[in-house]
Amino acid sequence: MAEVNLWSGLRQFTDGELVVNVKADTVGKMLDELISIYPNLEPIIEAGVSVAVDGEMVAGADHTPIKPESEIFLLQQFKGG
Amino acid sequence: MAKDELSNNFKYIGTRPNRPDGLDKVTGRAKYGADFNVPNMLHAAVLRSPHAHARIIKIDTSKAEALSGVKAFVTRADFPDGLKGENFYLQENTIAGDRALYDGHAVAAVAATSALAAKDAIKLIEIEYELLPHVTDVDEAMKPDAPVIREGAQDHSVPEGLPPNIVSYMDFGHGDLEVGFSDADLVMEKTYKTEAAHQGYIEPHACVGQLGQDGKGEMWICTQGQWFIRKMCASVLGLEASQLRVTPSEIGGGFGGKTTIFSEALSLALSRKAGGRPVKLVMTRSEVLRATGPTASASMDVKIGMKKNGKMTAASAVFRMQGGAFPGMAPTGMALECAFANYQLPAVHHTGYDVLSNRPKSAAYRAPGSPMAAFAVESLVDELCRELNLDPIDVRLLNGSKEGSKSSFGPTFRRIGLIETLEAAKSHPNLDVELGPNQGRGIASGYWMNHGGETSISMALGEDGTVTLSIGTPDIGGSRASMALMVSETLGIPYEDVRVNVVETGSLGVNEPTHGSRATFATGKAAVEACNGAIKEMCRRAADKWGIDPEAIDWFDGAAHPSGPNAGDFPPMTIKEIGRRMGRTGGPISGHHATTYGGAGESFGTHVVDVEVDPETGRTTILRYLVVQDAGRAIHPSYVEGQFQGGAAQGIGWALNEEYIYGDDGRLQNAGFLDYRVPVASDLPMIDTIIVEVPSDNHPFGVRGVGETGIAPPLPAIANAIADATGKRLRHLPISPPKVLKAIKESS
Repeated sequence: MAEVNLWSGLRQFTDGELVVNVKADTVGKMLDELISIYPNLEPIIEAGVSVAVDGEMVAGADHTPIKPESEIFLLQQFKGG
Repeated sequence: MAKDELSNNFKYIGTRPNRPDGLDKVTGRAKYGADFNVPNMLHAAVLRSPHAHARIIKIDTSKAEALSGVKAFVTRADFPDGLKGENFYLQENTIAGDRALYDGHAVAAVAATSALAAKDAIKLIEIEYELLPHVTDVDEAMKPDAPVIREGAQDHSVPEGLPPNIVSYMDFGHGDLEVGFSDADLVMEKTYKTEAAHQGYIEPHACVGQLGQDGKGEMWICTQGQWFIRKMCASVLGLEASQLRVTPSEIGGGFGGKTTIFSEALSLALSRKAGGRPVKLVMTRSEVLRATGPTASASMDVKIGMKKNGKMTAASAVFRMQGGAFPGMAPTGMALECAFANYQLPAVHHTGYDVLSNRPKSAAYRAPGSPMAAFAVESLVDELCRELNLDPIDVRLLNGSKEGSKSSFGPTFRRIGLIETLEAAKSHPNLDVELGPNQGRGIASGYWMNHGGETSISMALGEDGTVTLSIGTPDIGGSRASMALMVSETLGIPYEDVRVNVVETGSLGVNEPTHGSRATFATGKAAVEACNGAIKEMCRRAADKWGIDPEAIDWFDGAAHPSGPNAGDFPPMTIKEIGRRMGRTGGPISGHHATTYGGAGESFGTHVVDVEVDPETGRTTILRYLVVQDAGRAIHPSYVEGQFQGGAAQGIGWALNEEYIYGDDGRLQNAGFLDYRVPVASDLPMIDTIIVEVPSDNHPFGVRGVGETGIAPPLPAIANAIADATGKRLRHLPISPPKVLKAIKESS
């Protein structure tokens, strides 16, 4: 199970939880699993989020592998100039 | 690849060959957006709202239609209904529906046989407006009694009870703020404001669009991303994306502002109504300023606790940003993520509000959000240092983020180069220059996370052994030279033997635009992968000829070599020989790579500026300016230095002069370069640069993006220098001469 750290503003959609344990081996599956556990996260995730896996920003790269011990953070979506 | 496995032994990487586009650009041969002309072409003009907020009661085109040469009109009625989300907002910004939402919002467009006839025609269009109350300031827009821009536009993140113009809310952080602030010897809390600034590219938006009744179309356009243009125009017009072919021109600057559409879809809509005749649409400078994305304006509260020795104990920020009349455009989240990224903080919290106002739809601008955040946070750090009599570089070294530290926005940093930039700045001779009367020195650091993204690329071997590389990221900062160098290094062939073409949407899979400082990182990484694929095939061709196993062949110096005595005694087979024979040894040789990249290496920078303030006029002169930034690896150092200098120049403009000025009527008062003052060459000294190279472990040559970080530190560095020179802390950008003079006079 990978630990996913959410930003504080998402508490209202996760029954107050800021760290969610998710069984997934890619970023895409992790996001799907989050929605499955907390359906209210769907519009936020579908609107776009960034994900950091072990310190690497992997925005849009849902195929990125994750390991059970990976450090995962959900972040506000970023776009560059 | 681990960092210590990255080679430093390069033949081409790090050299400074001539730029491949140089001759075309100095001779005027390079084709920019407005240079495209095709037979039977019409010219477009756009009628724009003079009001900040108004209901459109009636549009009467009858007089204009009678004008000779006029071939087509479009209003919102010519666009499909039913779009949702971002597609709806793109369409609504392309052309207003029942309301004009800002001064400059397109209301109708016309195509005629000449640009003059089109301009005459829009003067004859009669529009009846009902004026509505408006708001352009972010703090005013957040008040409960502010005019409502859109009902029901708040997303799921907004807590109940907040005013309707707040359309998105965010908060995040870690640690115990109360404990952190109580541990501090000094806690300061201040409010800072920045005004909207435009990307200020020299080339206005320009395109030629052609669209038939069969839904097939073409567009030639100045853009940072032809696939984004295709997707967005197709969505706005209800087309199938693959039926629209988009070809990018050379680009005279973008800085994020050309990653989206503003009026481009109007040329296609007009073309469709004009029987498929191509329609050219070129914005005037006034239109660019009134109706294409500036960045957001911001109002920011920052609080930091510090011990007497300079150790930071806690920090918090509340950012309010408006991104125009369209949700999701203010870069609040990114601003917050960048705000305290320079520092290791035991306790930190961020709160952000995305706010609507009657201004144009904001667009990305070089490190979106980071410059505003840097201005607020790095100014306050400087204020604390002055109050505690601490050296600002030493304080940053004491608190600076490094590999393994927890970032302010959560993740643990991998290998990063902030400390190296601070150390390099500290030892630069500019810091030894003694300052005179009315002179001051400012220091600040900045951060940008950088991006990878969707990337597709192809390389093809020519019959003479030269190589063509087809890329999908327009060259806005020298990326063709960088790509050619990376291909040269990988294949072992001269730089001059590589031609890099930026191609149209039919030639490759989807590419994200050149944005997020991604091109040299992502397109370059894909180019190396494509070359590696071609090398594998070239080794196979040599193996066939020699009758040995392809695994027994090494590729270096532009040729296949037997890997050792056991592989056989064959002379090297060069790429030229392989190319000459490829038609009969198995056919064309090419390499292709397509993926979505993550893991772009982050980039930090530190700037040092010396200024002199004229106490009689309030004018600030930049005496000397130093940019130090981590590039990971400088593929073509001259272009890297150019990016550093360009970022600094734009940041200097934002700090000292650039701002959107709105009148009480909600109209933009300075929609031209005479009144919206960007820095010119005579305003700036030679900007000194130091390239720090802490290689990213996620790129074959260690590249980190360099385009964006450089615009963040100038805003606070200059504010800090002016405070040093005058003793006056100005917390509202731009720090223009009237503001400086007022502050000086108030103290005297």
